[in-house]
Amino acid sequence: MSTPAQGGASIAPQVTPTAAANEPRIKVEQASYAYAATDRSAPKFTLGPASFEARQREMVAILGPNASGKSTLLMLLAGLARPLSGRIEIDGTEVSKLDIRTRAQRIALVQQESELLFPLRVWEYVLQGRYPYGRRLRFESDEDCLLAGNALAQVGADALRDRWMDQLSGGEKQRVILARALAQRPSLLLLDEPTQHLDIGGKVELLRRLRKLADENRYTVLVVTHELNLAAEFCDRIVLLHKGKCLRVGTPAEVYERDLLGDVFDAPLEVEMRPGGRPRVILRGSH
Amino acid sequence: MRPLTPRRVFTICLALCGVLFVAVVISLRVGAYPVSIRDIVMTLVNATLRRWSEIPPDFQSIVLNIRLPRILLGILVGASLSTAGAGFQALLRNPLADPYVLGVSSGAALGAILSLIAAPHAPGLIQAAAFAGAIATIAAVYFLGRRGGQLDSGTLLLAGIITASFLSAVIMFLMTTLPGRDVRGMAFWLMGDLSSPSTVDLKWLYFLLVIAVGSIYTTSSDLNLILTGEQEARHLGVNVHRVKLVVYVAASVLTGLAVSVSGAIGYVGLLVPHVIRMLFGTDYRLLIPASALGGAILVVVADTLARTVVAPTELPVGAMTAIAGAPVFIYLMRRRVR
Repeated sequence: MSTPAQGGASIAPQVTPTAAANEPRIKVEQASYAYAATDRSAPKFTLGPASFEARQREMVAILGPNASGKSTLLMLLAGLARPLSGRIEIDGTEVSKLDIRTRAQRIALVQQESELLFPLRVWEYVLQGRYPYGRRLRFESDEDCLLAGNALAQVGADALRDRWMDQLSGGEKQRVILARALAQRPSLLLLDEPTQHLDIGGKVELLRRLRKLADENRYTVLVVTHELNLAAEFCDRIVLLHKGKCLRVGTPAEVYERDLLGDVFDAPLEVEMRPGGRPRVILRGSH
Repeated sequence: MRPLTPRRVFTICLALCGVLFVAVVISLRVGAYPVSIRDIVMTLVNATLRRWSEIPPDFQSIVLNIRLPRILLGILVGASLSTAGAGFQALLRNPLADPYVLGVSSGAALGAILSLIAAPHAPGLIQAAAFAGAIATIAAVYFLGRRGGQLDSGTLLLAGIITASFLSAVIMFLMTTLPGRDVRGMAFWLMGDLSSPSTVDLKWLYFLLVIAVGSIYTTSSDLNLILTGEQEARHLGVNVHRVKLVVYVAASVLTGLAVSVSGAIGYVGLLVPHVIRMLFGTDYRLLIPASALGGAILVVVADTLARTVVAPTELPVGAMTAIAGAPVFIYLMRRRVR
């Protein structure tokens, strides 16, 4: 396992035969959800019907203010909850009907890392991404090591492999968490506010890396974020949520309208169209 | 990148078996009637080959009938408690979880005492009652330890400590107000003691031990992921509910098993998995079998000391594990280097 990046095993997603290039990889059709504390009580939060699609090589941003339903939508996409109505399909199969391990082979969710109970080295952490493959009680194979090494190389974290997880900087940790998701060889990458603890350089670097993964390795990337400008810069499509409603789906240019964004985020925002057709949001001055 | 291999697990376990064997031989040797190592080995070899006539009657009675059963009981108790401790630590995602600290041992002891009061001579009932006591206590501690629907590490430990002291008080009450019962003294139930031979055939207890440790072992890859975070484990394809149920039941069986024959011996489940982690890493695929063997070694050594340091008086083995366990634990925590 000395030269992982040169290995033949690719960490590109496993493409199912049905997933032709122009077929949507993930298809959300009128999916809704209601969250209640108990079965009988009135729902605390409702996500109205949302519909959108994403193909391979596409990067989609889910935007919206706090409590707009972004995390709920992500939970539905990850298959952790079944939609109340409508359906969510990945490569033609309903996500909530997938067996838990098959689901983990197709969909990887990158969240903020929870606190580790005992220290773990980076390579041990990344190898966890190989869990959905093989038996429940398993020892990692050479192929697993190769894939984990390749995943680390892919996110530029090769040099970190022997470091302890709790000694990494925010940006390094984020890359390692992403590497573990890549080691799952999913076709859909879901990221929940991955830029939250990063400085601006780290944010740009992460989104650029995700863009590259989508372009070169055919991943479909869905990212929940608060970064309006970075989303406009790097994403193909935007899903805008507000108070549990899916307000608009489209290209950044279609979604970023001054009045719409101003209402949704309750802030004086101005939208500029840049030469490449990518909009930019700026804060309107108070004087 | 050197992932854990079955070969490494096997090698380390073999080495620990070697240490356990040495501990057993030393424990067989020391006592009021000294026996030479050579005689011990010959006795053991002859006993294994069932050549009873070649074993001198003295050795047969001291080595095989008095010391060996007690050591086998110690191995059983040590392996049970340390595996249960490692299981509870993963189940509750709390590095300080241990059957004794959480009050599970006291719950098992109370169950055992109640069964002795109700039906003193029913075979196997005491184990079943201790298991019921353990499983009820851990359920109570689990629910008391939640805050706002989430398991809170500090609240959980406090809930455990309060439960333990409450149950100990009930045990003391029962022991003092119910005279003449067929029970083995307060120290036995509160501190743990290996001096009373088990009333149930050891074969059955070992059978249960193997089943329970084996079931926890089958979940060890899952436990590694659960330790990283329950939600994350779920995303990676772990059936968290199934794993938790298996570990919950098996760890309660192990606690009930240990407490029913030895009372509440403390700190084994806390100390052993931590020492094993510091020596060999945190991977549960190695931690479970290595903790079982490490626990066996610790209890055999502690019991040997308990019956020899102030001979002819005997200390409860639980006092030994607490005296030895607490400082070693603090020392290891402080010098913990990566």
